[in-house]
Amino acid sequence: MTMKASTRQVDGVTVVDLSGRITLGEGSVVLRDTVRDLISHGDKRILLNLGDVTYIDSSGIGELVSAFTTVRNQGGELKLLKLTKKVHDLLQITKLYTVFDVRDDEAQAIASFKK
Amino acid sequence: MKIAGNRVSYTLDSTLESVNRAEQTAENMAARAGFSEDDCHRISMAVREAAVNAVLHGNAYDPRKKVRVAFENTGEALVITIADEGPGLCEKDVPNPLAPENLLKQSGRGIFLIRSFMDDVKFRTLEPGTEITLIKHVPGNSAGHTEEAK
Repeated sequence: MTMKASTRQVDGVTVVDLSGRITLGEGSVVLRDTVRDLISHGDKRILLNLGDVTYIDSSGIGELVSAFTTVRNQGGELKLLKLTKKVHDLLQITKLYTVFDVRDDEAQAIASFKK
Repeated sequence: MKIAGNRVSYTLDSTLESVNRAEQTAENMAARAGFSEDDCHRISMAVREAAVNAVLHGNAYDPRKKVRVAFENTGEALVITIADEGPGLCEKDVPNPLAPENLLKQSGRGIFLIRSFMDDVKFRTLEPGTEITLIKHVPGNSAGHTEEAK
């Protein structure tokens, strides 16, 4: 299953709904291009919804880290929403779970962004 | 593809399709060996990471270089070897991805994940290339846990 990304605006936050596999190749590229496109348009409050992401490999993790640091370096915020158990475990193992701001509830996640 | 007893081996091109094929074969072999769904995921992911290393870092997508992958269910363990024809990997030179200075680096987590997901991981230098052996003990088989049994 290839990865898909769609964006929507909620109270000034760009929610990116991701689905499929974030792996070396197409999946990682889609995520990278999506975040770069948002930043180029001045969207720096980004919530990545990973609820429908079925698989992520080390390249995908690297892409999440890259997106996080890129947005942060631009003075923005990037948070993660609805991790599956597999992705949650992966972020725990790699000690990245505490680096990212991870949320389960979309409304609360939206409200947590700086105004 | 070659099949000999409980051993299946492939010689693959240095492409992402080969990575996907190795991952899928690992998933199937692990399920047939009786591993849980979580362990099947861990094994197939470890194989994916090793195959990515072989294709990307070892052979650098060179169409003249091949990746050899072998799967064997010994009854006691699932043993997977993946070999490339690249310049060779010095395992000790791979930085710790959990170190604070490396935590936000984009790459360098593959071998760490392989070690996290498998019971035993061995590297062997080839001329040319690197061979990695991944071992996961079959559940319910005490042969891999003799020390614990004692």
